Amino acid sequence: MSATRDPRFAPRLAGACIDFAPEASCLEIQGLSLAYGDTPALEALSLRVPRHRVTAFIGPSGCGKSTLLRALNRLHDLNEEVVREGRILLDGQDIHAPEVSVAELRRRVGMVFQAPNPFPMSIYDNVAFGLRLQGRVSKRKRDDTVEWALRSAALWHEVKDRLQASAWSLSGGQQQRLVIARTLAVGPEVLLLDEPASALDPISTLKIEELIRNLKSTLTLVLVTHNMQQAARVSDYTAFLQGGELVEYGPTDTLFTNPRLRRTENYITGRMA
Amino acid sequence: MDITSDIHSQHISRQFNQELDELKTHLMAMGGLVEKQVQDAVAALLESDSDLGRRVVDNDRAVNDMQIKIDEECTQVLARRQPTASDLRLVLAVIRAASDLERIGDEASKIARNACELIDANNGTRGFVEVRLISEHVRRMVRDALTSFARLDTQLALQLVHEDEEVDNEYRSAMRSLMTFMMEDARAISPVLSLMWILRALERIGDHANNLAEYVVYLVKGLDIRHTDPDDLDEEELGPKG
Repeated sequence: MSATRDPRFAPRLAGACIDFAPEASCLEIQGLSLAYGDTPALEALSLRVPRHRVTAFIGPSGCGKSTLLRALNRLHDLNEEVVREGRILLDGQDIHAPEVSVAELRRRVGMVFQAPNPFPMSIYDNVAFGLRLQGRVSKRKRDDTVEWALRSAALWHEVKDRLQASAWSLSGGQQQRLVIARTLAVGPEVLLLDEPASALDPISTLKIEELIRNLKSTLTLVLVTHNMQQAARVSDYTAFLQGGELVEYGPTDTLFTNPRLRRTENYITGRMA
Repeated sequence: MDITSDIHSQHISRQFNQELDELKTHLMAMGGLVEKQVQDAVAALLESDSDLGRRVVDNDRAVNDMQIKIDEECTQVLARRQPTASDLRLVLAVIRAASDLERIGDEASKIARNACELIDANNGTRGFVEVRLISEHVRRMVRDALTSFARLDTQLALQLVHEDEEVDNEYRSAMRSLMTFMMEDARAISPVLSLMWILRALERIGDHANNLAEYVVYLVKGLDIRHTDPDDLDEEELGPKG
């Protein structure tokens, strides 16, 4: 990782990104550029993610939306090819500062992936996994937290009688909610969701979307999705990325009815560029 | 973002292009029919042609059928395509415009019915000057509204919003002179009331043309200018396409 300006990055494009002043921000991305080796993925991207809101990143495949999402909890750290510059602030603190522990960052900024990935253990143990890693917690406290997390993930009523059953006995939609419960159990402030419903049937998708809506009273959520209707349904703000740059960012209400730029219009209405 | 007239034909899905194209074509066909209805209704009166008047009343069914067809097509596009941005605005504007065109059709048929009554009552040409003046004005408005819809021309649409005020003034002044007729001759009350209904219908047609113009601004600019005082419209924001 390099903190100095890397010649592989294109010069910063003034005015290329339409920013606006959303509510109090939770995450602030400042001039973030990122490349996989010689291939740039994000270029001088700046964006503020408002607290306790759902922000969606949309854009064509390869536009950098997943790369950006992963950067928010430092999932690129282990990839030596990745070159980064710019800053990401969580509550005003640089997440790459030397005093920040990656494990603690990932507790605060949880991540849910496209394919549900429950661990090969019981439903209960899946949710309690993070708590056990964190150290000694009384059984009583652990039981309470597991129940709270499963309730928060809208799964409790479906699994309360079989907490010791294997997580793999659950349906895809239930597994995804279990993974969300596992993430919630460690008390994150931000939840990153990378295509959380793309492998699910319509009913399970609606349950996940309902869950996202309910969670924003206590969490800041960032959602990456290919499904524009989903972004329109659940998000408060939408950022449209293309070719590694932020094209347009604004309230979902206006972005889907009257986008400011032709590029955005073309993408969301399915027109040729 | 402003849209241009070719925007609804650039989708990756050619089928979608076709569906939106058809919406516009059918709306324009309905507009053409409604325009003709207004023209014929007024001609029935001015030329004392009660056959023409009855044809206008009969033709109203065709106008209603077109509205139902357009609504159904819009429902299909909404359900199947979940349109966004300018596509969504187009579908909404077409639904609203079809509803206003249907109301213009109703007004035309009202004019035709009253014209037939006047012809039967042998009213003569009293009030024709007023009817001719206002009818020419509102027919031009309907035509311009349809043209601005077809060309996505917000400048033309905005002119109409201002013109509606003029029609309202002409209507008030015509009402005053018709009231004088009634005061002068009590036997004239019944035919003059029919004339007043006709003028009232023409004035309403102007209002509907004005609504059509507002939908054009919504479609092109994404701005809802309904219920806005025409003098408060920000000409710069609504100005030529940027």
